[in-house]
Amino acid sequence: MFESSLKQLGDALRAKKISSVELTQLYLDRIAKLNPELNAYVTLNPETSLTQAREADARFAAGTAEALTGIPIAQKDIFCAKGWLTTCGSKMLHNFVSPYDAHVISQFNNAGAINLGKTNMDEFAMGSSNETSHYGSVKNPWDTSRVPGGSSGGTAAAVAARLCAAATGTDTGGSIRQPAALCGISGLKPTYGTVSRYGMIAFASSLDQAGPMGRSAEDLALLLNSMVGFDERDSTSLKRDKEDYSRDLGKPLNGLRIGLPKEFFAEGLGNDVAQAVDAAITEYKKLGATVVDISLPNTRLSIPVYYVLAPAEASSNLSRFDGVRYGYRAPEYTDLADMYEKSRAQGFGAEVKRRIMIGTYVLSHGYYDAYYLQAQKIRRLIAQDFTEAFKLCDVIMGPTSPSTAFKLGEKGDDPVQMYLSDIYTIAVNLAGLPGMSIPCGFGDNAMPVGLQIIGNYFDEARMLNVAHQYQLATDWHSRAPQGI
Amino acid sequence: MSLTTDDVKKVARLARLAISDSEVQAAQVQLNGIFELIAEMQAVDTTGIEPMSHAQDVTQRLREDNVTETNQRELFQSIAPQVEAGLYLVPQVIE
Repeated sequence: MFESSLKQLGDALRAKKISSVELTQLYLDRIAKLNPELNAYVTLNPETSLTQAREADARFAAGTAEALTGIPIAQKDIFCAKGWLTTCGSKMLHNFVSPYDAHVISQFNNAGAINLGKTNMDEFAMGSSNETSHYGSVKNPWDTSRVPGGSSGGTAAAVAARLCAAATGTDTGGSIRQPAALCGISGLKPTYGTVSRYGMIAFASSLDQAGPMGRSAEDLALLLNSMVGFDERDSTSLKRDKEDYSRDLGKPLNGLRIGLPKEFFAEGLGNDVAQAVDAAITEYKKLGATVVDISLPNTRLSIPVYYVLAPAEASSNLSRFDGVRYGYRAPEYTDLADMYEKSRAQGFGAEVKRRIMIGTYVLSHGYYDAYYLQAQKIRRLIAQDFTEAFKLCDVIMGPTSPSTAFKLGEKGDDPVQMYLSDIYTIAVNLAGLPGMSIPCGFGDNAMPVGLQIIGNYFDEARMLNVAHQYQLATDWHSRAPQGI
Repeated sequence: MSLTTDDVKKVARLARLAISDSEVQAAQVQLNGIFELIAEMQAVDTTGIEPMSHAQDVTQRLREDNVTETNQRELFQSIAPQVEAGLYLVPQVIE
């Protein structure tokens, strides 16, 4: 049952081969057995999950079930869920029980999906290894001495270890695609503005985007159908007609033009990753696609630009955590300023404080033009690179991450090295484009390699089919870690 | 450019983050490493380039001038560290 696709699970529930309560309990038992080692989940609420499962079973009995009804889905702990502890991986929110549901949570609830639990994550989604969580590192199910990637590492590990049927993640600079690659699963970051950010704890508002993570592109399409939708509570939510993201699955790839940016295959890319990606491109040629050499000349600037813009927005967004209205408050202080400073110093971890300080500095008087404004201008150049590239091709492909999963602690003391883990993913967020990662092989250390597929704005349906066709022809996406 | 320890202390104060002397030293090394990385973008000629503040060129959506929110003060204050008589309690600011 754990290897079933979402459609197969839905069919089994509809045919009454299993009830949602039984399915949910199966996953809860599995989590109880494997989570102590993996640390993928930070909060479980079995009674609430099983109550939802009973309601789902009633919907099947009443004939009102939808595609995701009764299916246990894990939620990244960045999404506020009413009555659930919502920590965002931080001591600052160690006691925050959300009084409301995020848009994404409401969408899944309305579809009758089961909230199986909240998954671990880098604190406030800041990290590329899932080592910055207040609740400890998540372990990669393929090799527990290695990181699962970040910041949606708990989600990626949970999906890879079959501790949920599918899950949600968020992607500010690659936080869905990079952990998906490192854990051998599929993950999609939609076009900015297609999934509401309401109730998703903000990191960098102009970059943050929620998306689905699962075992196949076909599963992602089903999940995305439930997540997307205009929401007036998010001022950046886009008003668009409802789409069925499964609609293109099954279309042949004859004539598809794949752009390969030379900057994605340059110095810094591991040989084993390059080989796996090359083999995937060869497979696409067999499927009828043609390859076009393209250039994204400003790719190398995406990391510096990101590490100005994202911290700048984070320093503003995280100013709300001051110990006054909710969250952590320092036990001892002298006056109001001291209470703010101690609450924030004790409540935030090292990486979060580092980024708040970068953001504060680049926005401060005398430095705004040199840093923030300059970064915004180069952001446009980066976006224009993609506009030019999409005149020559339909999708862009390359590696998701320059290496496979690295050892826990390997890059912990060197933030710059850690930041370079996202070299191929960040530009997509700066431009607001959709992007995804699918498994395409294994590296020298037998760890999964991810193939990144970047689509044009709102072209998710085609992108999902491009991934789906590859997954029909190969079986990398169905491989599971040994012993799991 | 390179941040001094005084710069680090000033930024921490602006960010409302208490920082010890030993933390200042460590933060200085790491922040300077990051600013070295950032420095690469400063050499780029961006004359005439319009800043891009957002991924989509959309205009701010307006809503009807009607009250739609309900009063949820009790619910929101139920998770506060300290409240009294409907107010958030913080240290006295004015003597």
